Amino acid sequence: MKTLFSRRSALLRLAGAVAGVLTVSVARTAKAAVQKLFVSTSAPNDYDPTKHKWLMCIDTTKCIGCGLCAEACKRENGVPEGPYYRTWIERYIIPKPEPGSDQTRGEPLVDSPNGGMHGFPEPPLPKDQIELSFFAPKLCNLCENPPCVQVCPTYCIGCAFCVQACPYGVRFLNPVTHTAEKCTLCYHRITRGLKPACVEICPAEARIFGDLKNLSADDPIQKFYENNRVQVLKPHLGTKPRVLYAGLDKGVS
Amino acid sequence: MTGEITNIGAFQGYVFPNEANPHPLWSVLIVIYPYITGLVAGAFIMASLVRVFKVQALEPVYRVSMLTALAFLLCAPLPLLCHLGHPERCYEIMMTPHLTSPMAVFGFVYAWYLMAVLLLELWFDYRQDLVKWAKITPGFTGILYRMLTLGVTDLSEQSVALDMKMCRILSVVGIPSAFLLHGYVGFIFGSIKANPWWGNVLMPIMFILSAIVSGIALCVFNYMVLNWIRRKTVDMRCLDTMALFLFYALVVDAAIEGLDYLHRGYAAEEGYSVIQLMIREKLFYTLYFVQIGVGTLLPLLLLGSLQLLRQRVPEAVRRCMIFCGGVMILIGVLAMRWNVVMGGQFFSKSLRGVMSYKMEFTGQEGWLIGAVILCLPFIILTVLVKLFLSEQLQFSEHVSQSSSTT
Repeated sequence: MKTLFSRRSALLRLAGAVAGVLTVSVARTAKAAVQKLFVSTSAPNDYDPTKHKWLMCIDTTKCIGCGLCAEACKRENGVPEGPYYRTWIERYIIPKPEPGSDQTRGEPLVDSPNGGMHGFPEPPLPKDQIELSFFAPKLCNLCENPPCVQVCPTYCIGCAFCVQACPYGVRFLNPVTHTAEKCTLCYHRITRGLKPACVEICPAEARIFGDLKNLSADDPIQKFYENNRVQVLKPHLGTKPRVLYAGLDKGVS
Repeated sequence: MTGEITNIGAFQGYVFPNEANPHPLWSVLIVIYPYITGLVAGAFIMASLVRVFKVQALEPVYRVSMLTALAFLLCAPLPLLCHLGHPERCYEIMMTPHLTSPMAVFGFVYAWYLMAVLLLELWFDYRQDLVKWAKITPGFTGILYRMLTLGVTDLSEQSVALDMKMCRILSVVGIPSAFLLHGYVGFIFGSIKANPWWGNVLMPIMFILSAIVSGIALCVFNYMVLNWIRRKTVDMRCLDTMALFLFYALVVDAAIEGLDYLHRGYAAEEGYSVIQLMIREKLFYTLYFVQIGVGTLLPLLLLGSLQLLRQRVPEAVRRCMIFCGGVMILIGVLAMRWNVVMGGQFFSKSLRGVMSYKMEFTGQEGWLIGAVILCLPFIILTVLVKLFLSEQLQFSEHVSQSSSTT
């Protein structure tokens, strides 16, 4: 009979542990709901996500590489110092071919010191050896078919699987929260009718932001489509990005 | 050229700013995780050779293999858990799984394999013995045996026959389950199309094959060490048969991995040049020397020559050769896991540069915790062997009887 009692008490203890785990999760949900009432960090209540389809267009011919977008993003979203960027700028310097070589151009030199946040140093080559150079701002590509979402196992447990799965290197593990993070197009701003911080601050209007479901006749997005041949990054991976680029060169991936 | 990025760590070429981190996302622990899981799957398949395929010669190693599988399976989720940013949320993976994620399925595959396959098969296999031992063993151990019978103390012929039947059925179910368990681990890497080193249809197959190889090698190792500790002679028929299967499995594994290597070079797709650079700079020793040399070619030579010259090699030399072959394979497969997991993180997804990392000794993903997790299954196995393979205990002969009747 002794074993019967021990089994019962063991079962009770087990039930207690399960109940404890469940209570914790219920309590967490409740806490989150209460927090949402008082601190609105995401969308306002009347925001309907199904009525919008946001996208970003980037005109690389306009970008001057000032780095204000990367800096604004870090500040606006409280991104920690260090190698953590929701958006950054890459500089491509394509040298002239070596004299006598049968190449049309040299191997591209790419850099992004501090994500381009404080601009760029002098080019490593004298001007007369440079064939072509340009800047390419990068951010989450807003894939229609996102590999990062596909591999995510559950609420963020900090497994970094999504970081590994993103072909564009736009995700990172936040060293403070230990959760995965990426560009949200400043969700807290766009749901209130504002532009993302990087778009707002760009002095060259290289970043164009819009809503495909609410296009006006003279929308900048519309003009961008009319005036440019557009490209996406790594199209062969089938991710169908919604960030469109104009004026890209073949080496950008 | 890469400005301040070069100061953070040793980076060559251009890596995305988010990749310029001094620590890798997945480190030693994620190397150990597929290693341990593979050992489980391999040890189980080794055991099922006895039950399903009736390889009588391997009978002496059946229980060692099953206990090995159990000891390692108990430790399999540990490295995963330790590496998470939020281990306290790990139960979410079972409560709110996102079913398109290979990782979300892990909890279920693991639970299925542990509860429905391994523990059940062990229970059916051991029940008869447990009932007998419970009667003769005093003290805590006796109580433990009695508890483990779960109150089913019927030792009639019918009941024992049912045990054996269930054991076989579970073994048959267990083989695809073992393939699932480790094939899915391979899929975690193989499904990452963003990474040319990982995204590969052959990856699950390579993982399964190398798992079988490493599992058999581990059984060889454990069996020989156990006999050495107990000062008992090794059953040479059993050992030779293990060496035979080890050799065959290694041939198939080496062929598939070679095919993968060949295909990469022949297709030379986008990213091949950065992979070449990465191998040359970061994986030269672990790939060419340890995985291919020590882990594949040398054991192939050792075990292959044994197949040809078995009769002429004295037993002591044979034992030594098989043991060395097994140990080298175990090291080689660990190197293979390292090469897969770390290799995929040594180059940038911009395909323009390679990264170096500072591996920590202590800390959440350090060498120390990795070594501890790698030793833990052996400690658990020691306890299991003391309890269930003790020399003082009599083992029933029902297994060979029942198989000789079928």
